[in-house]
Amino acid sequence: MFEREGAVYDSRRPIAPHQHLRPTTERAWVKVLLISIALIYMLAIVVLPLIQVFFEAFRKGFDTYFASFEDRGAQTAIQLTLTVAAIAVPLNLVFGVAASWAVAKFEFWGKSFLITLIDLPFSVSPVVSGMVYVLLFGAQSALGPWLKANDIEIIFAVPGIVLATVFVTFPFIARELIPLMQAQGNTDEEAAISLGASGWQTFWRVTLPNIKWGLLYGVLLCNARAMGEFGAVSVVSGHIRGQTTTMPLEIEILYNEYNFTGAFAVASLLAMLALLTLVFKSLLEWRYGDELAGTRRH
Amino acid sequence: MKRTANFIARTLAVGGLVASLAVVGAVTVRADDQKLLNVSYDPTRELYQEFNEAFAKYWKDKTGNTVIIEQSHGGSGKQAQSVIDGLSADVVTLALEGDINAIVNKSGLIDENWRSEFPHNSTPYTSTIVFLLRKGNPKGINDWGDLIKDGVEVITPNPKTSGGARWNYLAAWAWADKQYGGDQAKIEEYIKSLYVHVPVLDTAARGSTVTFAQKEIGDVLLAWENEAYLVLEEFGTDNFEIVTPPSSIRAEPPVAIVDKNAEAHGTTELAKAYLEYLYSAEGQAIAAKNHYRPSEPSLVADQALVSAFPEIDLVSIDDPIFGGWKEVQPKHFGDGGIFDKLYAPN
Repeated sequence: MFEREGAVYDSRRPIAPHQHLRPTTERAWVKVLLISIALIYMLAIVVLPLIQVFFEAFRKGFDTYFASFEDRGAQTAIQLTLTVAAIAVPLNLVFGVAASWAVAKFEFWGKSFLITLIDLPFSVSPVVSGMVYVLLFGAQSALGPWLKANDIEIIFAVPGIVLATVFVTFPFIARELIPLMQAQGNTDEEAAISLGASGWQTFWRVTLPNIKWGLLYGVLLCNARAMGEFGAVSVVSGHIRGQTTTMPLEIEILYNEYNFTGAFAVASLLAMLALLTLVFKSLLEWRYGDELAGTRRH
Repeated sequence: MKRTANFIARTLAVGGLVASLAVVGAVTVRADDQKLLNVSYDPTRELYQEFNEAFAKYWKDKTGNTVIIEQSHGGSGKQAQSVIDGLSADVVTLALEGDINAIVNKSGLIDENWRSEFPHNSTPYTSTIVFLLRKGNPKGINDWGDLIKDGVEVITPNPKTSGGARWNYLAAWAWADKQYGGDQAKIEEYIKSLYVHVPVLDTAARGSTVTFAQKEIGDVLLAWENEAYLVLEEFGTDNFEIVTPPSSIRAEPPVAIVDKNAEAHGTTELAKAYLEYLYSAEGQAIAAKNHYRPSEPSLVADQALVSAFPEIDLVSIDDPIFGGWKEVQPKHFGDGGIFDKLYAPN
């Protein structure tokens, strides 16, 4: 360990019985200082704003807070957000498992290209992801007139919002599973097949149980992002109040209407969803950390 | 270990149930309800909230039908682009003629003679650009020339995306034109230094208002008159005051039926009635109450609402120095236009 490469520890010299061996060479005050800086930083950047969200939401009392959710705009926004997540997450679940299965268990030409593609939504700005769908399905696009003639609405409607969300969130599950499945290798599956199991049986009885915690972890992260996505959804939404505004967009609208209590009430709901996700995530890490490939990454 | 797993599974199941209920809930709209989508610009939120309620009641009394009016708000230019890209608005109520012309030219969804469809060039209400200042006017800003004094920070949105911002720009231009006797180089010099005094260029008017009023950036907000009064109402007169400069521009936010969309939705008649109602006594009163200058002020029952607007020397967009939107839009705000030439982000 590089921490040991200091001058304090010398194996040739006997250690005096009262002398405790410190694992690092830094002085105590350095340690205190570093920890304080980290804590203060976290407090200022993460904890205070989070508290502020709840503080603003409840500033005018509980009645106003709950009244914020009786507004039709807020209700439809919550419904839409849940709907979009309910469609996008299962889609990415299927895609994520299929992609990681392919990447981890098979060797094929273009594999590293596929992995790069899976990572693409992480590196592309969400605004660009939204814009791409407008260019693809907008009224001025090559597909536009055909879509219109057949009465198919994609952008400025729910399908566009789902597409943009799927695009932005699709790496979460695959990225979680690929390293896990690669580490597990093929031996369990080979054993199952040699004992006469069919492909589906192998998947349901061997592969799935092996990856279930990693999968759940990926689903949680994917879901959190699906509900919180702003940029890409903003571009394709059309911002029709009560129809195509998701919770993050509704927060922006309420804020722009000087309805700060309403904005922060909806924000607090999103924050609670995020906190709930975090609790589940920590629970998973604590119980099944050894089965999660990505624990150290997030 | 088992118990945690069960717990998680159960929670996820409940979550799934809630989500699927939401899906079912989202599609329960009654069949005989008529829907109308009004795509509008940023500061009209409060106006149309009130007007839509009044119109829905009027329509119910008149025809017995329930109408649900959906609203979409944003920067005027951005909203026009969305309609061009397929946002299926039945009516547009935008910040300026140029944005509706853009829809006409790029998508053909609106009849090109839309300006003659409703009275006053399809402009049911007008507005103007005023200064919103910190209480007491500490920097002494009373006219357009004061905006480029040392140390003054001006808040205005980006004229490329915001209709209000274009009116701001043109109001400043009109003042400079008079001030410098039409000397083009001097006018451009003034406009250039005006934008040097702008620390944040938001994309839409409401964003600029929030920047000025909530985030407390800048000394003066160039604002729609209605927006400035709204800030006084929302944030109180203790912190802000309005200065109406001696001269400004007559901002004419027009309205139009998006003909092709309305035909496709079967809402042409409804859309026409909706926009016509803006010219009724009630529509004009609601406009005045929301600090828009009614086009037919004599219709407003409560004349105190009308006399509350300060008298001001207003330049029209059709004045020879501008020559109408068709000339102004490409010359000033098109790609490589005068604004692009003068504005250098700092």
